[in-house]
Amino acid sequence: MAETLAGSHGWRTDLAAYRAVLGSRMKAQRSYRVSFAVDLASSLLVGVVELAEVWVLFRAVDRIGGLDLAQILLVFGLADLCFSLADLSFGHCDRMPSYVRTGTLDVLYLRPQPLLLQLITSDISLRRLARAVVGLTALVAGLVLTDVPWSAGAVLLLGVALVSGYVIFASSFVSAAGLQFFVINGAEMTNAYVYGGRYAASQPASVWGRPLKVVFGFFFPMAFTAYLPVVTLLGLPGSEWLPPWLGWCAPVAAVWSVLFAGLCWRAGVRHYQGGGG
Amino acid sequence: MRRLLIAHLLLVAAGFREQSRYRLAALGGLVANATFGLLKVAILFATVEAAGGELAGYDAATMSAYIWISQGMLGSVNLMGRVDIAERIRTGDVTVDFLRPLDVHTAMIAHELGRSLFSLLPRGVPSVLIGALLVGMATPDSPAAYALGAVSLLLAMVLSAATVYLVAAAGFWIVETRGVQLLYMVVAGFLAGLFVPLWLFPGWLQGIALATPFPAMLMFPTDILSGRTTGLDAVELVGAQLLWLTAVIAVGQLMTRRGRRHLEVQGG
Repeated sequence: MAETLAGSHGWRTDLAAYRAVLGSRMKAQRSYRVSFAVDLASSLLVGVVELAEVWVLFRAVDRIGGLDLAQILLVFGLADLCFSLADLSFGHCDRMPSYVRTGTLDVLYLRPQPLLLQLITSDISLRRLARAVVGLTALVAGLVLTDVPWSAGAVLLLGVALVSGYVIFASSFVSAAGLQFFVINGAEMTNAYVYGGRYAASQPASVWGRPLKVVFGFFFPMAFTAYLPVVTLLGLPGSEWLPPWLGWCAPVAAVWSVLFAGLCWRAGVRHYQGGGG
Repeated sequence: MRRLLIAHLLLVAAGFREQSRYRLAALGGLVANATFGLLKVAILFATVEAAGGELAGYDAATMSAYIWISQGMLGSVNLMGRVDIAERIRTGDVTVDFLRPLDVHTAMIAHELGRSLFSLLPRGVPSVLIGALLVGMATPDSPAAYALGAVSLLLAMVLSAATVYLVAAAGFWIVETRGVQLLYMVVAGFLAGLFVPLWLFPGWLQGIALATPFPAMLMFPTDILSGRTTGLDAVELVGAQLLWLTAVIAVGQLMTRRGRRHLEVQGG
């Protein structure tokens, strides 16, 4: 049936269907006005509190890991903007365990559309836009407060970093969802690198020891989402294993993340044997 | 009175057994605790180093103790604001609980305490061990500090259950408590001193935090167990915990009585 649908109407029809689904989701969220306002406000507060965590620390001393407050603001802004946009579009992959438990996933399997695409478009959390605003504000403030040597290269670097960061975080949501097939009830195991990764991404990676650099510098390439591009952008010295030119390699890290996510997802989908009932 | 006490102790035991069934979840929690712990070690050690080896009364050893004790407590104190009884209040199932010869409020606290106590085994102890073996940490000098620390830890667990109950009990009036729970989740960790010790906050922010029960759930027991706060100061922290607990339980009792009369069960 999938072939006939795609064959007779083409991918445009498919896309229109997804657009209609997402549109209705967005409309549904906005129609409960009070609830939506509370959601937006608390989402904004999440961003503000996370920024406060960084601010409190950098207020106490001049520099941590070679970065000052303005520079870490740039790192935080870049990391948090990418994360909240990835969270907006892929964050509900988190709900995978409850989909499995309630049998909703079995329904998705029956439909003639790719499973992952259905999962992603099953919801979109507009409230997370509020959090992206905090990230964007921090990013702009960071760009203003640090002496960025503006050039075409700098703009390109920022653009590449934003796209790669988004892809890296989105991939971590997908790989986590894939691994959920194996560790139902053990969601915190994958939270360790999804949310631990977000926490790591907004830190100066120069403070990490070698084991952390292996895990969050390269395997889950969180250092590539913000710290490394900022080091490259501002011409900072970098640190052991993380030289400044590595900031340009963010797309490589993004491709690796996508490959890893694809592997986890395929393994998970093949492993799944139904929710019973 | 005696029978009531036994009933509550049985509930604690039931909570303990219930939590012991979620093995994989406990392991997952430990992995997450340890990952965050190692990241916190990196950034907070660098901060202490940048400050010249000492910051707000913390050196590397006490900072490490702060990190691993607070990470270890995460399974036992509820900073998420989510609790089973909230759903029972929302659906109206709590009416069945009201028919039982036990106070709904204190029974919930006893049950949650049991779960918290069990979580110390798979999450609390290993977390502290990881810190002690991998990183090294400060420990209190006197045996009295351990005893006081244990009391403080127990009070923190009861206080967190009693405070989360208030979030759930708001459901007697507003039905959907997700917004309140979300708010609790966002501020609790930060104000409890989970990511940065409270004593590194600027004065005004410390004031705000100390005007909430959250530091008494995490920061105070951590200070005593790490040996950072000793002697009379430590006794004072436990006193503050007792005051918070009394206040929160009083509000909980009041909300339960009023809420019971206000409760609307929808459908039926």
